[in-house]
Amino acid sequence: MQGGLERATGEKMILSFGPQHPATHGTLRIVLELDGESVLKAIPHAGYLHTGFEKLGEHLDYNQYIVVTDRMNYLSPLSNNFGYVLAVEQLLGVEVTKRCQYIRILMAELSRLADHLLWLGTAALDLGAFSVFLYSFREREKLYSIFEKTTGARLTTSYTRVGGVLRDLYDGCEEDVRQFVTNFPKALKETHTLLTKNRIWMDRTKGVGAISADDAIGYGLTGPCLRATGIAHDIRKAEPYSSYEEVTFDVPVGTNGDAYDRYLVRMEEMIQSCGIVTQVLDNMPDGPVNLEDNKVTMPNKPDAYGHIEGLIHHFKIVMDGHGVQPPMGEHYCATESPNGELGFYIVSDGSGTAYRIRIRPPSFFHFQALPHMLEGGMVSDTVAVLGSLNVIAGELDR
Amino acid sequence: MNEEKDVEEQPKPLVLEKLEAHHSDALLAQDEARGSVVLVVRKDQAYAVLEYLKTDPELAYTYLVDVTAVDNSQMESELMQFDYARFMVVYHLYSYQGQGRVRVKVPVHENDLRITSVTGLWQGANWLERETYDMFGIDFEGHPDLRRILMPDDFEGHPLRKDYPLRGRGERESFNFDKQNV
Repeated sequence: MQGGLERATGEKMILSFGPQHPATHGTLRIVLELDGESVLKAIPHAGYLHTGFEKLGEHLDYNQYIVVTDRMNYLSPLSNNFGYVLAVEQLLGVEVTKRCQYIRILMAELSRLADHLLWLGTAALDLGAFSVFLYSFREREKLYSIFEKTTGARLTTSYTRVGGVLRDLYDGCEEDVRQFVTNFPKALKETHTLLTKNRIWMDRTKGVGAISADDAIGYGLTGPCLRATGIAHDIRKAEPYSSYEEVTFDVPVGTNGDAYDRYLVRMEEMIQSCGIVTQVLDNMPDGPVNLEDNKVTMPNKPDAYGHIEGLIHHFKIVMDGHGVQPPMGEHYCATESPNGELGFYIVSDGSGTAYRIRIRPPSFFHFQALPHMLEGGMVSDTVAVLGSLNVIAGELDR
Repeated sequence: MNEEKDVEEQPKPLVLEKLEAHHSDALLAQDEARGSVVLVVRKDQAYAVLEYLKTDPELAYTYLVDVTAVDNSQMESELMQFDYARFMVVYHLYSYQGQGRVRVKVPVHENDLRITSVTGLWQGANWLERETYDMFGIDFEGHPDLRRILMPDDFEGHPLRKDYPLRGRGERESFNFDKQNV
């Protein structure tokens, strides 16, 4: 890579990449020290989107905080909602109904698809492939229609509740989702024909931003970035939660840990997610969605508006000091979000608000490892590597 | 009766067995809660324990999941239990060799916020320790670059401490931008 570059001048240039740059997808900043076109040093700066989510967690009650989790990884809010309530439920020691677990898997996998699709579109757009962007956004739009019909919102979904979900799937949801997963592999094939053997795409991503498996573990990389290095680790398999042990799927791995492998891993993960979604729809259990424990679950709206018991339960849940109160203790719960390990570490003092909430975001670790992947490469690779990591500023800075 | 009880009892996790054999004097408390082993370790031996957990070939906790801290100043029970140490630095580790998760907690007193950095063991600890320093003021000794990471460099105070109010200490009002509008 350095062969053709004569470092004749020895003059160094400092280039500030971001905070506003079309390829950062959020407010990130990388300070690059360049010699000609090669990157000598890269220093990532975080914190531009720091919002104090962890501090907020100490002041909002357990159900209120779900709204905050939407804003972490804003490309897959449903996965954040899911990971958070799972941590609270495990701390409470309750398990939601089978149907609810399946609905949550369904939504988590659809949001994985949406996340990977947005990643695919923007990563390709950064490297000049505009058609891919249009193709993937066309598919993503179908998913967002499903999200909108299910949760009432496209981005700020806030779908889960402690002990359940906001509401059951809408009538016709199954048909919509089935139609999507039937057509989607064909649509993804179009992207494969555009990129996978594309000479430009391969030149820009193969061998670029490579990281070894040992370094990836040392830096704490997770998710597709870890699996691209050849480690078949997926929390859904290693520590199954919410009935993930009942669905079968493969964990795709790469070999070189470069941007191209991360691309291939994500592409295959989308196909696997479609498989999971189909299995979930085939085996969707009947029965109640929410736990019928009025100390844990919000009553449904018709009850809250139409019956005195429902109204009382509603007030009991939302009133300070009467609602969801996990016993004193602490718990760390990890879920496999589209970007990797999303962990919530909750310390409870027995009251209605958490004593401490710590979010372990995957992007924080990926962004930290960026210099390791950039240094020694070319300045134009910066965009390719940053794109391949899918660093989301919302969860990076929290 | 006794036999039945023995069958029901889970076998002791390997990590606890090995630590009791090698670092028993470092352990202040141990617990097993919700699928994770919890260890409370004396500060002066925390580095040795973490190094042991990482390098022991059977345990191989090679993946540092998280480093954070908890300000226990309003948590009376924790304060009582650990000699009124205000902060608890919390390490989460994971073993890819099937040993599962372990949480190592280290009590840190307010009058001596220093603790040995683990950046030499895991590269990924760098930013995690910076964030813990930024939010709690824990001083990681031996850290190559202990600066603030999320808050601005000239920020004063440590926002996740319990005595730091939710709405800040007037930082926003002191912006020139706001003064012009008054």
